[in-house]
Amino acid sequence: MRILVCIKRVPDVGSAVTLTDDAHAVDARHVGYTVAAHEQCAVEIATRLADGADGQSGSVTLLTVGPDEAVEQLRHLLGVGAHAATLVQVDPKALGPADIAKEIAAVVAAHEAEHGAYDLVLLGNDAADSGDFQVGVRLAYALGWPVVNGAAHVETSADLAGRVRTTHESPHGTETYELPLPAVVTVLEGGVEPRYPTLKGRMAAKKIAIETRTPAHEPQGSGRLRMHVPPPAPSTVEVLGEGPEAAPAVVDLLEKLGVLR
Amino acid sequence: MILTLVEAAGAAESTHAAETSLETLAFARSLGEAGGGPNGIPVRALVIGAVADVEGLAAELGAHGVTEVLHAVGDAYDAYGGACWAAAVVAAVRETSSVVVLAPGTPRGNEVLAHVAARLDVPMAANAIAFESLSPFTVTRQVVGGAVLEDMVLASRPAVLSVAGHSWTARSVDGPAATRREIAPEVSDADLVARVVATGERVADASGSLKSASVVVGAGRGAGGPEGFAGVDELAKLLDGVVGVSRAVTSLGWRPHHEQVGQTGSRISPDLYMPCGISGAIQHWAGCSSSKVILAVNTDDESPMMTRATYAVVGDMHEVVPAINEEIRRRHS
Repeated sequence: MRILVCIKRVPDVGSAVTLTDDAHAVDARHVGYTVAAHEQCAVEIATRLADGADGQSGSVTLLTVGPDEAVEQLRHLLGVGAHAATLVQVDPKALGPADIAKEIAAVVAAHEAEHGAYDLVLLGNDAADSGDFQVGVRLAYALGWPVVNGAAHVETSADLAGRVRTTHESPHGTETYELPLPAVVTVLEGGVEPRYPTLKGRMAAKKIAIETRTPAHEPQGSGRLRMHVPPPAPSTVEVLGEGPEAAPAVVDLLEKLGVLR
Repeated sequence: MILTLVEAAGAAESTHAAETSLETLAFARSLGEAGGGPNGIPVRALVIGAVADVEGLAAELGAHGVTEVLHAVGDAYDAYGGACWAAAVVAAVRETSSVVVLAPGTPRGNEVLAHVAARLDVPMAANAIAFESLSPFTVTRQVVGGAVLEDMVLASRPAVLSVAGHSWTARSVDGPAATRREIAPEVSDADLVARVVATGERVADASGSLKSASVVVGAGRGAGGPEGFAGVDELAKLLDGVVGVSRAVTSLGWRPHHEQVGQTGSRISPDLYMPCGISGAIQHWAGCSSSKVILAVNTDDESPMMTRATYAVVGDMHEVVPAINEEIRRRHS
């Protein structure tokens, strides 16, 4: 299996958010950056699939469309078992989700011309920062491939004969899809446990040359005017007490709320 | 014209619209009223696939301000698929000359709209909570798990947007039943490739019960380890509720992922949420902020969860929770 996994460098927000002066991004200078859980799971799934139940060796290539600093996230994920990485150098603020999808499609075309066809492109279900919920689907249309969103489990095996099976929980039950390859799948956290990089993996990752590319398209933009942080509502918390002595007051409240009968 | 995709509640062939769809109709109606004219811009609804009682559904949607229900019928809709549902939406947009298309900000709603936006090559705004102006059409939407809002211009037509769950309240009006029109949009073979091929029983105690629970007892890093959940497990049982946990807890492998509440877990809206030993990081708050009442138990009275809760008990969950359980048993034995 040849698999491409698209990842995004995003602010590692904790309990408070501040914005950059132009109000177009989260200011992450003091909180640092990470890769969202959905995408960490996508890399884990790709690594397992490429190792191959079929005994064939495969490859996992990482791709990010972002700033030069995103090399940090690519290096980290090379350390958990990806084989190659590509950075399309852009100012992420200038691109909208349709632009990102076009840039990914251009890299897929270029890589396929050079190295052979991909079987699968994985992305996160939604970006942790911009929350657009659409890059994977737009990419599928650009490539002319089928797409499924929000997969927790992804499997390919000999008996699936060139198809990929995905499952996820939904309000309707556990939903299964089977798509012919090549396909685009967006991944939701929860089906697999992402592994941590080993020392050996990190050392090996340092030796991998990261391919850099320039954008293939003129961006249309995101339509973003500004971001704003909603003002915190003033705390109206009513403290019922301290320690175990508060238990009677808590149970009084539970009775009042009607959750105890 | 405004077109809203309406999902049926729960199981297939339900006769009722999902609450998030009714919330989306409230947004659509408000938009229609702002759009001018003595009666505003009419709001139409699109329902896709088999419906047990389409007449009943039309009456319900009429009572939420819908003038006409388009019902897409055909074998293509026997199973859900993002592409074939989007084909129906695009056909309905053309049929009604709609300039705005809305869907609830659910997994399916967002997925179908992403397909619609890709097909029509127009932008899409996910999880809108308000519209700021009509010209240019500007919406405010949730980003960073709802911790940040973004004002976004949707310059193309149709404007495509999903409405964040619980950002609007469904409200009925004194309206007649919506008229009905069946449509049978053409669906290409390519649109049938990615469809649900099997729907299994929901896994017991999985995220489904968490999302619909009226009481959720939460536990975070304060549990201290996989053996630190006995108290919250018992409390959840006493309150006929379910346990939800923070991302730290699932990352550490203390509890399974399907119990996770947060941006990458379940989004809950219970009558009562009791987070114990959870500090309330943005990741978690994104999943629990729709709770009606929050009663937090934490040693740190300045943590975000404790300052944003409705009620708080300052203390160690390992002391407070057993005392609450004991008190409940004493009063209700």
